[in-house]
Parts: sequence; C-alpha cells; structure tokens
Amino acid sequence: MTISIDPQKTNNESLQPKGWLRYFSFSLDHKVIGIQYLVCGFLFYLIGGTLASAIRIELASPMSDFMPRDVYNQVLTLHGTIMIFLWIVPVVNGAFGNYLIPFYVGARDMAFPRLNAVAFWLIPPSGLMLVASYFVEGAAQAGWTAYPPLSITTPQSGQIIWILSVLLLGGSSIFGGINFIATIIKLRRPGLKLMQLPMYCWAMLGTSLLVVLSTPVLAGTLILLSFDIIANTGFFNPVLGGNVVVYQHLFWFYSHPAVYIMVLPAFGLVSEILPVHARKPLFGYTTMVFSIMGIVVLGLVVWAHHMFTSGTPPWMRLFFTIATAFIAVPTGIKFFNWVATLWGGKISINSAMLFSCGFIVNFVFGGITGVALAQVPFDIHVHDTYFVVAHFHYIVYGGTVFIIFSSIYHWFPKVTGKMLNEKLGILHFIITFIGFNLCFAPQHWLGLNGMPRRVAEYDPQFQFVNQISSLGALLMAISTIPFLINVFLSVKNGKNAGDNPWNALTPEWLTSSPPPVENWEGEAPLVEEPYGYGKEISEQK
Amino acid sequence: MTTLDSSKEIQKNNSEVNETHEDFRMFGLITFLIADGMTFAGFFAAYLTYKAVNPLPDGAIYELELPIPTLNTILLLVSSATFHKAGKALLKDKNSDSQKWLFFTAFLGIIFLICQLFEYFHLPFGLTDNLFASTFYALTGFHGLHVTLGTLMILIIGWQSRINGGRLTSQNMFPLEAVELYWHFVDGIWVVLFIILYLL
Repeated sequence: MTISIDPQKTNNESLQPKGWLRYFSFSLDHKVIGIQYLVCGFLFYLIGGTLASAIRIELASPMSDFMPRDVYNQVLTLHGTIMIFLWIVPVVNGAFGNYLIPFYVGARDMAFPRLNAVAFWLIPPSGLMLVASYFVEGAAQAGWTAYPPLSITTPQSGQIIWILSVLLLGGSSIFGGINFIATIIKLRRPGLKLMQLPMYCWAMLGTSLLVVLSTPVLAGTLILLSFDIIANTGFFNPVLGGNVVVYQHLFWFYSHPAVYIMVLPAFGLVSEILPVHARKPLFGYTTMVFSIMGIVVLGLVVWAHHMFTSGTPPWMRLFFTIATAFIAVPTGIKFFNWVATLWGGKISINSAMLFSCGFIVNFVFGGITGVALAQVPFDIHVHDTYFVVAHFHYIVYGGTVFIIFSSIYHWFPKVTGKMLNEKLGILHFIITFIGFNLCFAPQHWLGLNGMPRRVAEYDPQFQFVNQISSLGALLMAISTIPFLINVFLSVKNGKNAGDNPWNALTPEWLTSSPPPVENWEGEAPLVEEPYGYGKEISEQK
Repeated sequence: MTTLDSSKEIQKNNSEVNETHEDFRMFGLITFLIADGMTFAGFFAAYLTYKAVNPLPDGAIYELELPIPTLNTILLLVSSATFHKAGKALLKDKNSDSQKWLFFTAFLGIIFLICQLFEYFHLPFGLTDNLFASTFYALTGFHGLHVTLGTLMILIIGWQSRINGGRLTSQNMFPLEAVELYWHFVDGIWVVLFIILYLL
C-alpha cells in the first residue's frame, strides 16, 4: 500500500506564520523544530552552566561556605541532569538531526512530522518542571544517577518530580529515535544508497538504535524507583529486601549507552565538518561506518564497568574490562581517520575547524583516561574521585560541546543566510579551550590524589589545584559572552553568506540559505559522493 | 489513496507538494514495540535477578494459583485468533463481520482484565508485602495496563468502523493492522510473563 503523506502540511506558506514568529509556533517543519531544539537546549545550557559555576565557587575553598551541604548536592544533581537530558542529548540528536537528516536523505521532512513536534514539545515543560523541582521542599539531591537508597531516603517530593521529568524526556528521546530510524532507512530519495549517505546519517542511525534499545529500560527502572518512593515497595530498598545493585545494572544499561548517544552524533558531525574545511574526502568511509556500528554493539554490553566497586564478581569484571577496552578500537579507527582526513589537506583555520580540532585533542585525552578507567585495579583506586569527573567532562564537554559549537559555526550561514564574525569566533574558541583545559586537566591530579567527588568540603591540601580549576570554570563562563554577542550581531547585520560559503558538497548546501520551506525547488539533488573534494580540485585543474 | 489527515481543506491546499511514498507507519510502530519490549525485558531481568540473588525467607514464599492465569492465557490466545478473523473479514469487505469480531476481541480483553482483578483480590499478599509481591504486581500490572490500552484501541477502531458507513475499509486497513500487531505483541509478552512468573 502506498499512501500520500504531505509532510509539509502546515509548512505551506499560506498556513505558516511569517518571519521569526514561526520559530515560536507549533510547526511541523523539521528545520523549525531543529532550531527550536537548539535554542531551547542552549537556554538550559546557560542554566546548567550557572549551576556549574556555583559548584566551582563552592569548591574554591575547602569549607562549605558558599552554600549549605544539602543545597550543594541539589545543585550538582540539577547541573548533571540539565546538562545531559536537556542540553547535550536534545541538541546533538534533536537539533542537528532534525535540521540535517532530511537534507541528507533527500526528503522534504522527517518521516513522522507530528511525532517530531511532539518529541520537541515534551522538552520545555519537563525541563521547566525539572528546574522547578529545585524549589520544592526536598529537591532531588542524589546526583544525576539517583542511586538508591540515597534517592529513596532523602526528602522525596523533589525526587518524584525529577523522575517524572526524566521519564518525559526519555519519551521524547524515544520518539525522536523512532523518527530518525524511519527517516534514514525508509525515506531516502530513490537512487540514494545506504553507503552514499553522509556520515552523520550513519551516526544518527546508530544513536537511534541505542536510544530505542536502552532508553525504555531506564524508563522501567525509574518507574520501579518511583514505586519505591510513593508506594513504599522495596525493589531497591535493602531494608525491605530489595537490591541496590539491580538498580545500578538497569540504570547503567541505559546510561552507559547514553554516553554514546551523546558522543556518536558528535562523531558524525565532525566527520561532516573536517572534509569541508580541509578540502579532502573523508578518509576511510567504510571503516567509519563499521566502527560506528561496532561502537553501538559494544556500547550495549559494557555497562557494568561503572560497577567494579559494587561487589561485581571477578568473571564479570574481566568480561566488562575486555569489552570496554575493545571500544577503543573502533574509536581509535575513527580518530585516525579524522587525522588522515586532515593530513595534507588545504586546511582553512576558522572557528568551525578550530572547535573540531579542539574536539579531536580533548577527545583523545578523554579516550585514553577512559581506557585507563576500564582497568579494574586502576578503577578501584580512582572510583568516585575527581579523576572520573575529569574523564567524563573531557568526553562530554571537550568532545560533544566543542562539536556543538563547531557545528553552530559551520551551519550558521545555512540556517540564517548570514556569516558569523570569525574574529569573535576564534576568541570564543581560545577562551573556551584554555578555560576548559584549565578547569578539568588539574582534576585528574585531584582524583589520583584521592579527592572524592560530590562533596562540598575537602582536604585543604587540594585547595590550590581546586582554585586553578575554578579559574578555568570562570573562563568557560566568560567564553559564552563573545559567542552570544557574535550570534546576536550576526543575525542582525552579519555579512551575507550566499548559498554555499564553504563550497561544500553535502546536499544541504545545494539549496538556498536559509532553505525554502520545502527544502528544494523541484526534485531533491542526488549527491553520489558527498565527500568528493579531491575530484572537484582535479577537475578544476 | 488515504492521507493521515482527513481534512479535505488541507488536502486540497497541498495537492502540489504531496509526495507519494511507501507507507512506513507500520515500520515506526514495530520500532516502538521493540522499545516497549525492552521495558518489559528490563522488568523481567530485574525479576529474575531478584529470584536468583535475593531468595525470600521460607515463610514469605507464596504458591501462585494456576487456574486463573491459565484461563487468561487461553483468553488472550483466542483473542489473537479472533482479531485475525476481523482482519480477514475486513479484507473481504465484510465490514459488519469484521466489526463483530473486533467487539468480540475487545470483550475477551475485558474478561481478561476482570479475571486479573479477581486474581488480585484473592491473592494472599499485597503490593508492599515483600519483594516477590512487589515484582509480581509491577509485572502483571504493567502488562494489564497494556491490555487496557489495547482493549480501548480495539473499541475505538470498532466504533470508527461503525460511523460514516465505516472508515475502516479494505483500502484503509492501517488502524486495524496496527492495533492487531500491538495486540499480538501484548499476547506474546503475556506468554513470556506466564512462563517466567507462574511456571518457573
């Protein structure tokens, strides 16, 4: 059976509010929804960043003098939850996925435009609910992992709102994942083969598989946890015969893949950005595809490496150590492919390229500490110390957030038709890069020397290094200012970008900037070689 | 030819931009059911782990009565067959037959739920009595929620096929096919649940 679906039902000019107002409407246009995701995510990034600054101010001195201890726990819980569930996951998946995937598969919209809108509009209310839960008596203070028994013995009204909000965000993420899988597999324009898709499509396909397979498990776990809190059942309460380790298994079955849900799209995006600004084809396309799928499969079977200190039996430790170390292989393949893409390229040093290279540097550092953490003896030594915090932030901030900024610099001309100011962009990069490394590199040292995480007070011998770290956090906070100025000035009176300022070959650049409501006049272009930059140069010769 | 939206106004407006492509709503539904199955998988994994790692003290072990759940298993399997009948009838454009089968399926679903409630009221344990009791109610309750939703959807499409001379036709099978797939999925989960919870 064929059906006639018109994905643009309300994108039609006559049905669409004109101008910038349409970005505040219940639109079904994938481009509008993508930008809604990005702006909404960025607002939550500002909230989460403010909370991070508060944490670093508290830690600038060894005593808990800036805020009371339970407030500190609440702040770090809110910081973690907001950054993961409301900034990184929605933005790398929702924002860039929605904006780019229909272009890349040659479609006029996503497979299920309404489901897409539902997925986005679940986010602002549940995000606001999460922020509001802070002001309820007894805000969540068990960290973003909400480990029982802490999460069921501390004051609970805030924790319940926290669970509800995360459940809704999980639902949003599952709807998005279903939509991406259907779009990439089913909605490709005729003649476009899977192995001709730009790398970001593959990354999103892998990510969506992870979302569909693992997010429901988190949902089930949180439902059980809420029963423990509301109905006084004992699933995870040792006093009532429950088992906290079961919670950890179920939780990490989602939350370890969640790291790949955050980082795989970033891999895809950097694979789009590097070839354009290095004027070279992406090195090793096929190996990149297989390494993504390898990461998906391995990512699902390594969750217990978060639980080496939770009484995990030795055979399990051995298995999960080996599986975790193996992930370094596909990731290493990708890393070397990116470097090989840059090798001998005609590299233009602009903000997008700088952020991408910053990503590669940070990510390889985070990856190395990750391999170290996979080893049981080392992990037992640094478990729950600042070493883990540093590793995690190197992956998630130094990896993903750098790529979010890189992508914003890369696709801003396409979205708005205006160029961003390069000088401000490079300033933004320099402050971010220095601030980030100043903030998180010293934390490796703190962790190795035994400073525990998630506590407001620490041994005075760590004070100096913590102050360096706080200085870095201050720089990171400042770095947002040139970025915001840049965006506002450029939207108002930036240089006109033209349709294809980077001379890129991927399909989204083959339409006007900003793109028309239905992406293309007439039929979608068929790009057989999205990375054929060498050919273009040899033809010019 | 059908559209997702029956509003003729919008259809006319967009006649130039419509793209005809394969129907992949079923594909989306299958993806969703895989996700839903993973939720159950998580619950099952938790239950089996508790059974293996947290054995209850002897006095706290309950023997589950088998007659009602066995009856329920038969009810659900029969309802799968009757639902299939409804689809067959619709394919031959026998709308009223299809409707009867649909309502009969919904009837079986309601009987299932009544039996489950009956079982709940006659069990010797409550939700918070011990770990096994909690897991029992969480699993069967979550499945019962699925049966409730499925029954409601069957009633809705059965009702839809009555109005306007039947919106459900052999050309527009999707609502029926989608709910049928969902119903078979719920049945399959019940069979697994029956084996794991009652027989093991």
